[in-house]
This record gives sequence, structure tokens and C-alpha cells, in this order.
Amino acid sequence: MTLAGGLVAIGGLLALGPAALAPSRVRHLSSLIYGGVFLICVLMTGWALQRLFAGAPPEALTLPLGLPWLGAHFRIDALSGFFLAIVDFGAAAASFYALGYGRHEKAPGRVLPFFPPFVAAMNLVVLADDAYVFLLSWELMSLASWALVMAHHREGDNVRAGYVYILMATLGTFALLLAFGLLGGADGDLGFGALRGHPPSAAVAGAVLALALIGAGSKAGLTPLHIWLPLAHPAAPSHVSALMSGVMTKVAIYGFLRIVFDLLGPAAWWWGAPMMAAGAATAVVGVLFALLHNDLKRVLAYSTIENIGVIFVALGLALAFETNGQGTAAALAMTAALFHILNHSLFKSLLFFGSGAVLTATDERDMGRLGGLLNLMPLSGLFMLVGAGAISALPPLNGFASEWLIFQAILLSPSLPSWTLKLEIPAVGALLALAAALAGACFVRLFGISFLGRPRGEAARAAKEVDRFMLAAMGVLAVLCLVAGILPGYVIDALSPIVHLLVGARMAPQTDLGWLAIAPVAESRSSYDGMLVFLFIASSALLAAAIIHRLASDATRVAPAWDCGFPDSNPAAQYTPESFAQPIRRVFGGFVFRSREKVDMPAPGDLRPARFDLSIQDLVWDIVYRPVTRGVQLGADRLNRLQFLTIRQYLSLVFAALVFLLLALAIWT
Amino acid sequence: MDRLNFDIAHLLAGGLVLTSFMLLYQDRLYALLNTYALQALVLALAVGWQAHIQHAPHLYITAAIAVVFKALVIPFALHRMVAQLGVHREVESVVSLVPTMLAGIALVALSMVVMLRVTEGADPLAREDLAFALSVILLGLLMMVTRSNAVSQVVGFMSLENGLILAAAAARGMPLVVEISVAFSVLIALIVIGIFLFRIRERFDTVDLQALDDFRGERR
Repeated sequence: MTLAGGLVAIGGLLALGPAALAPSRVRHLSSLIYGGVFLICVLMTGWALQRLFAGAPPEALTLPLGLPWLGAHFRIDALSGFFLAIVDFGAAAASFYALGYGRHEKAPGRVLPFFPPFVAAMNLVVLADDAYVFLLSWELMSLASWALVMAHHREGDNVRAGYVYILMATLGTFALLLAFGLLGGADGDLGFGALRGHPPSAAVAGAVLALALIGAGSKAGLTPLHIWLPLAHPAAPSHVSALMSGVMTKVAIYGFLRIVFDLLGPAAWWWGAPMMAAGAATAVVGVLFALLHNDLKRVLAYSTIENIGVIFVALGLALAFETNGQGTAAALAMTAALFHILNHSLFKSLLFFGSGAVLTATDERDMGRLGGLLNLMPLSGLFMLVGAGAISALPPLNGFASEWLIFQAILLSPSLPSWTLKLEIPAVGALLALAAALAGACFVRLFGISFLGRPRGEAARAAKEVDRFMLAAMGVLAVLCLVAGILPGYVIDALSPIVHLLVGARMAPQTDLGWLAIAPVAESRSSYDGMLVFLFIASSALLAAAIIHRLASDATRVAPAWDCGFPDSNPAAQYTPESFAQPIRRVFGGFVFRSREKVDMPAPGDLRPARFDLSIQDLVWDIVYRPVTRGVQLGADRLNRLQFLTIRQYLSLVFAALVFLLLALAIWT
Repeated sequence: MDRLNFDIAHLLAGGLVLTSFMLLYQDRLYALLNTYALQALVLALAVGWQAHIQHAPHLYITAAIAVVFKALVIPFALHRMVAQLGVHREVESVVSLVPTMLAGIALVALSMVVMLRVTEGADPLAREDLAFALSVILLGLLMMVTRSNAVSQVVGFMSLENGLILAAAAARGMPLVVEISVAFSVLIALIVIGIFLFRIRERFDTVDLQALDDFRGERR
């Protein structure tokens, strides 16, 4: 297949959107649409992977679409091929999952027409080779996903989520528009080839970096631009949440990579510093909030923010090493970043699918009313456990491999010449370690509260295992998480052409090492063998299980009648999500979370129940957004008066403006 | 000969600015209309002179349009309107005379400074004419701002348009089609405004725009 074939396939996706408007009498409409998307995406994934492994040269194509004298430029190289594979694999998994999940959709007419264009837009962003096509597809991606967020607009806070999302998406696109405008300069040829050929001056390049951080960062979820993400991602149907969290954030990172590492020309030494600082702050803030919320999907959305932070730290590291002439270290950091991008797209989709399964089975997203699901939904629970382990970076799963690589890169920082970076990177590493540990706690909480223990509500008690399609989609992702974790060497080698494209260096081939081990720097320094760890964990676990089963379960035991309250039939005696998070909340509470706890304890003899109220507010709302909204409100109030002037006053305004401009001309020229 | 051509063009354009000043201090409507007719006549002369020295025959048509429509038809129509509306005795002035005249002088100075500096290196004749044209435009705007009677605002608008014609004639660029369409659009504007005037009078018994503002309940 060639690029033209790929574009035809994307055109097919775009056509599926209107096709979904067919009268709802058509039977199995949703199966047809999702099946179509699935087939096209599988095809595209296959094409992208085949190109990637065959090391195919870049391929470009200009279509006579869009602006008449320009046309629409498309191009696929190693970088866009990699992201194309991620987008299409994620979309294929999501549409396969939706073959089952979509049947439970209450209003399919609000989801179906927007799902295929959303997937198509993400494909187009990745393939675009000029700023027009890029921005157009980017905006289509935002709008289609906005429509999907608003699919259930009567539920809860979804309207507000959509509003905040569209505001932030507009801000992001605006920043990207300005970035491309600056890159294009005065003569304004906005093809990527032309932009690449004329790198801007240092000051302009710094401004473009800042704008790219705002534009792509707001889409990806960098603090403090992340506020829309935990509102919007959970509001969409679960397979769309998976796409938004697992894939759309990656498309945003692609945009950032394309601008900063490809189009912007040679980087300055300090560029990595703000990226790492933003990434580290994002990671910590994201995981802290993930620990606090009780809504399954909101926890996952906040955890996406954390992972985006981790990826940006790795990108910043790569840039810092590259600009300071340390090619192999830069290649290591970039490999780690790309690897983590791949991993996050796998396990975040898996986790969102799992939360969708829970939602289908119980109609409940609040962990505080779940519990004990592992007995009722064993397969979903197992896959969810794999995803949770992977995202908490437990060996032998894939999350560990990529985060381990990032820490290996951080450990190389003492060799940097600049003292700013030398001091910053260990601090960033410490924050990252904190985030990783907290992520572990977060997913212990998520899995433990909702799948272990005893059911906390009727809905959880009546849960049933979900259908084959959903299980199959989750199963494939879980297996891939495991495979990428035990065979990281193959992934690293597959990534090396992309890394070479971005930082001009590559890691030593890992598959030559034997025993499936990887050694990022030198074998004497550190190495990791996922297979060995897996075999050890599996064998020791099996052994332990066998021994326990043999020696303990079979033996007759005498148990005490009263056991610290646990046999008490009331499930409210278990840990609640709030109580699990309380230590962390108390430590960071006042400042970061603005948490307010109010305990209303009745006097002795009073029979009413005690009450405990807890409110949490994102610090960023208070610091950044409240002043902005207040300023806008104030300005609007002031300007409102202009609506009610007399005709003469309007004329005077025009007159005064004219005279003022003439005066300015007279004085300044 | 060139010197004489230049001087005469200069004189006529200056005359246009002078009539603009005269418009500024007319406080009777009939006198205002007469002065406007005079300005249109001066404009026609100025444009005709440009046609002569530029050897551009189409400018004669512009001059003829100015004479026929602006010096005769429009003033006559407005005369009738004022008579029918019965507002010919009204004396109106919102901003008092002295500040208005001082502001007018300042505006002329400003347009001279701007235009002469911006058009440096251009044909001296065009430079002078452009500077005068900008003065006429600014004075027309000033008149619209300082008057509250609808008829005087219309006149201010028309005199502003005269400035535009002068600029276009001097700049040697405007095609005749544009010229004619501008003239007709002004005529249409006059008709529309005339209809509005009658409607306003019907409802409020006055053509003082103050009444509109009062009706909206706004403070001045």
C-alpha cells in the first residue's frame, strides 16, 4: 500500500461519519460502522508497521484540495509512521471494543456520526505535511472529540466539561496557529519542507517553543493547561475516552515533536529545562489528583496527565542531551519517551476499556459503591490488574521497561556541562520517582477498592461479566502489555530509526545482547531482562500458590469467632476510597488540593448520624483561571457600556480613532 | 506655465477647505445648504482644472456630475425637504463655535503634517491636493460629530465625500466607473436619509437626533 492508498482509507473513514446518519431502522448500524472503522484501522496499522519494519523511505503526496494555489500536502516518514501505527492500533482496539460496548449505548445517534471522523482527523494530523492541513485536521480532531464529549450532555457536569474543553482546545489551536505563523515568517510558505529549510532566529525559535508548549501541551494535558482533561475524558463514552486518553494525547505529542524536533531547526541548550520542569510538575500534580478522586474514569484521566508529564520529562532530557552534544544519551532518552508513548497508549486504552466494562456491568463509576468485582467479572478483573500493574511500572510489564529507561537517562545527567541542567535534572528525577510511587498507590487503590473486598452496593453485587468483544479487545491489549514488557529489546530496536530522525543518534542494537536482556548504556553499568524477571515471578508465584494450597488450604483450621470486625456482614466496614487516600490528602491537603474537611459529630445522646464532608479543588483553578475569568468579566462589563451610546457618540468614537491614528502616524514617522 | 497650473490647482483645493470651514459655522439650514452648493461648485472647478492639466477627459465627467448632482440636485432636494419639514428656522449647534473652529484648524494642520510627510517624493501637485482632501474629510467628520440636526449631519457626510472625490481626482488613479458609482451611491444615500428624515419627523415632531436618544432613555 502507498500513501495514496492510506489517504483513500482515511477518506473511507470520513465517509463513514455521514453514513452513520442512516435511518436508525437499519439493523446493526452501530456494528456496521464500528466494524468498518475496525477494518480500515487494521489495514492502516498493518501498513504503518510494515513501513516501520521495512525501513521504507519517506513518501510525499500533494492533493489538489483546500486552498487553490497550494493544495494539500501529505507525507509519511518514520516519525509519522510510528504515530500512525499508535493511532490506528488504538482506534482498531477501540472500535472492536465498541462492537460490544456500543450495544449498550443509549443514544448511538450522538456517538456514531462523530467517531469515524475523529479517527480520520487523528490520522490526517499525523500525515499532514503543511501547516494548513495540520491545523485543519487538528481542529477537526478537537471538534469531533468535543461532539463525542457532549454525547451524553444531559448527564451531570458534561455540559460544563464540553464548554471548558472547547475553550482550551481553541486556545491550543490558536497558539499553534501563531507558532506556524512565526515559523513561516513574512513570505509565508507553510509547507513543512519550506519551514524545515528556513530555521528562525533564536528569539523567534524560543517564542515558537513556548507556543508549541501551550498549543500541544494544552491538548496533551500539561499543567496548568490540564484542567479540561479530567472533565472531558470521563464524560465521553468509554471507548472514546480510551481514544482520547490513549491516542489523542499522543497526537498532541506528535505535534510537539514535529514542531520542536523537526521544523524548528537547531535547539538552544536551555530548551530542555522548561520542558522538564513542566513535565515533572505535571506528573506530580496529575498523580496526586488521581489519588483523590473516586470516579474510576476521572482517576484514569488524571493518571493520563501524570504519564504525559513523564513523557515530557523524557523529551526534555533528550533535547538537553542532544543540544549538549551527547548523542547516545539523547537517543536513550528519546527511545524511552517513544517507548512510554507506545506503552501508555496500550495500558491507558486497556484501563479505560476496563472501566467501561465496569460501567456496563454495574452502571456505576464511583469506586465507593463498587467492590468485590473480581469474583463476578474474573476476566475483566484480570485484564484490569495487568493494566494497573503496567501503569504502576511493575516488572515484568511494559510500563516498567520504559520508566526504567527514563531513569537510566536521568542517571546520565552528571555528564552534562551546564550547571542549570545538572541541578535541575536530579530534582526532576526525584519528582518523577515520587510520581511513580504515588502512581503505584493510586492503582492499588483503584483496583483494590473496586475489584477486591466485598461489594459496597446493590449494583456491584449484581454485576455480570461483559461480552466477548469487550473481553477480546482488553485481552489483546493486556497480552501486548506483557509482551512489550518481556521483549523490550525488540521494541527499542524498532524505534531506533525514529530516534535517529529526531536526535541524530541511535542506541546500540539491543537484540544482539542475548538472553533478551537490554543494556541502555553499557552492560557493565545496568541491564534488565524482562523475560528472566517474568519467569522468576511466574515460577515463584506458582510455587508459592502450590505450597499454600497444599499445606494451608487443605488443613483443618480453627478460626476465632470474632475477627477484628471483618466477618461483620456490613461492607461499609472496609476501606473506602476516601480513607485510603487520607494520608496523602492530609500531607498535601491545604495547599495543593485546597481540600476542606468538615466533621459534624453529634453530641453524646444525640441520635442523628455523624457527617463528614470533603471538598477538593484544583489549585490551578484558583491561581490561574479565576483571575482570568474575573478579568474577562470585568472587561466585558466595562465594554458593555459601548452598546448604549448615542449616534453622535459613535461618530465621535470613529472620529477620535481616526485622529488618533493620524497623530500616531505624524509623530512616529 | 507649470507654475501657474500648480497655483490655480492649489487655489481651488484651498478654496474647498475654506468652504468646509464656512460649513462649520453656518447655524441656519438654508445658509448651510447654500454653502454646500458653493463647495460642490468649487469641487467641480477643482476637478475640471485637474482634467485640464492632466489631459484626462473623463475627469470632466466627474466635474459635470459634481455640478449637476452636488451643486444643483442635492441642495435643491434638501431645500425642499427642509421646507416641507418646516425646520428652516431652527438654529442648532452642539459644540460652541470657537472650539469647533480651533479644532478644525488643528485638524487641517494635522492632515498637512501627515500627508506631506507620508507622500514625500510624490508629485507636488498630488501631495498638496491629498493634504487638502484629507483636511476636507476631517472637517466633514468634525461637522457630523458637532451637529445634532439630521440635515446638517447629512451635509457633513456629503462634504466628506467631496474630499474623497478631490483626493481621487488628484491621485490620477480612479477609473470613471468607480467615480460614477460613488456619485450614485451618494445619491442613493441621500434618498434613504431623506426618507428617514421624514419618518423621524413623523414620529418625534423634530429632526433633532437628540429626540432619538431621549426616546431610547439614554443620558447624554
